[in-house]
Amino acid sequence: MALQADRKALLEGLSGKFRNTIIDTLFKIQTGHPGGSLSAVEIVTTLYFEKMRVDPKNPKWPDRDRFVLGKGHAAPILYVALAKKGFFPEKDLETLRQLGSHLQGHPCAKKTPGVELSTGPLGLGLSAAQGMALGARMDGRDFRTYVLLGDGEIQEGIVWEAAMSAAKFGLDNLTAILDYNKVQLDGTTDEIMPLGDVRAKWESFGWHVIEIDGHKVEEIADALDRAKAVKGRPTIIVARTVKGKGVSFMEGKNTWHGKPISREEYEAAKAELGGGK
Amino acid sequence: MARVMGKAMRQAYGEALVELGKKYKDLVVFDADVASSTRTIMFSQAHPDRFFNVGIAEMNMAAMAAGISTTGKIPFINTFACFMVLRCADPIRSLMAYTNLNVKIAGAYAGLSDSYDGASHHAIMDIAFMRSLPNMTVLSPCDGGEAAAATEAAILHQGPVYLRLHRNETPVLTDYSREPFRIGKGKILRDGRDVSIISTGYMVHKALDAAEALEKEGISAGVVNMSTIKPLDEELVLECARKTGRIVTAEEHSVHGGLGGAVAELLARKHPVPMAFVGVQDTFAESGDYEKLLEKYGLTPGAIAGKARGLVRGK
Repeated sequence: MALQADRKALLEGLSGKFRNTIIDTLFKIQTGHPGGSLSAVEIVTTLYFEKMRVDPKNPKWPDRDRFVLGKGHAAPILYVALAKKGFFPEKDLETLRQLGSHLQGHPCAKKTPGVELSTGPLGLGLSAAQGMALGARMDGRDFRTYVLLGDGEIQEGIVWEAAMSAAKFGLDNLTAILDYNKVQLDGTTDEIMPLGDVRAKWESFGWHVIEIDGHKVEEIADALDRAKAVKGRPTIIVARTVKGKGVSFMEGKNTWHGKPISREEYEAAKAELGGGK
Repeated sequence: MARVMGKAMRQAYGEALVELGKKYKDLVVFDADVASSTRTIMFSQAHPDRFFNVGIAEMNMAAMAAGISTTGKIPFINTFACFMVLRCADPIRSLMAYTNLNVKIAGAYAGLSDSYDGASHHAIMDIAFMRSLPNMTVLSPCDGGEAAAATEAAILHQGPVYLRLHRNETPVLTDYSREPFRIGKGKILRDGRDVSIISTGYMVHKALDAAEALEKEGISAGVVNMSTIKPLDEELVLECARKTGRIVTAEEHSVHGGLGGAVAELLARKHPVPMAFVGVQDTFAESGDYEKLLEKYGLTPGAIAGKARGLVRGK
């Protein structure tokens, strides 16, 4: 079902707002990862505000949909979305990465309501997510499990172990989304470790592959629906994105993977983002 | 002393899983293509819908188990202890221990017990790694019956548990027909006045043999079966230290970071006494017959008795 115009406007508005909050928060704390957070904004927003079945008042509800942030360094976008959703007060965001905060530098499932899996060491998310999907199937529960993978992350060998096993176990209740921004910490993926034909790779492992523009909420919503309709095998949505999306001087720059934002940069970024809609 | 030989720990564990699978419906078992070695093959036949062979991908198995545990299942993951600690270290630490996930980690062929396969397959560093992880419980049974009892205790415990299992048949030393395995409790198998031998796993019966030999020399040696390495039974260790004033630890593990390390850390803080350590020195072992390997690397009743004698005579 195509995304209705009012829903599309709402998701775009939230995405704009979230970009602002990410920049505000990371400027304030002078630590954290802006680039990979900004590239995943529309994906996380569409999941939490359009597709996923979650209950902030009952974060451990057994039938909730699961979201695993494989690329744990994009924690800011996850926290911003969870806060807006009501899992914890939005004012907690300013405590991110600070002593005593429940908001760790990388997601910690033990501390933060709504975080399903502790992530950070790359590659574990897809494996763990398929465990969740398998648990759902064994118990006849209809919740879906989503996992967001970084494109640098799929250089980890375990990702391909999991790609093989999720296909073997026929986990059609599992949807992976690849944040395909083609930039990693030390440079572009082509420079550091070329990913090759991403679609062909996943297809040859037995996955259904859908390619989209990862900044268009209507394409994301549509792809998530199509993934749900695929039976007998898992689906990966290859979402073409731009690292640092929305802040021109961060876009496509590996140097903005994780770097403090100066006062001038902050003001320039805020001017571009227009303070959210 | 001649002892009755019992089941190998892996056999007892495999049989226990089958029975426990009937009792605990949330029990699920993962293996990484060594099910005939770890004996989870029996579970795979008895409960095929709850058994998953992930192939030769140990790390994926561990992370997958971490994931399924969050849905209320109680997964046991199985591979050789050396691969468990080396290949699965990241998901064990970053998922299971960090978030206190309810995953049970069964390390098969621990110590030197996969003797012929050589140093590449020996696990004499697993205790050191596992006990350094917050939230991790480390169990090291000494015979088949204790391995089976510890398996149920692991299920009843909420949180990650490492179960250190040995490959070969072992003498029967325990009787759990009337009591459950209690995590965190060691057991005095023999009282002594002059020296205490705190042992674990396959070294327990060797410690008993050592104590018998020492008795003939007029040295009264106590023997403890320390089947939980973490949390350590501090009360029992301190009781031994106060009573005999000398401690020997005996384990099929490196002398660095294992049971000896755990006991020494405690005693250094609370009640320092002279200690000696029986274990594999800072070296890799090699292929060979199991008992001959233990002999070559100093894991014998004679070696234990020698250390104990040295402490008693103040050497």
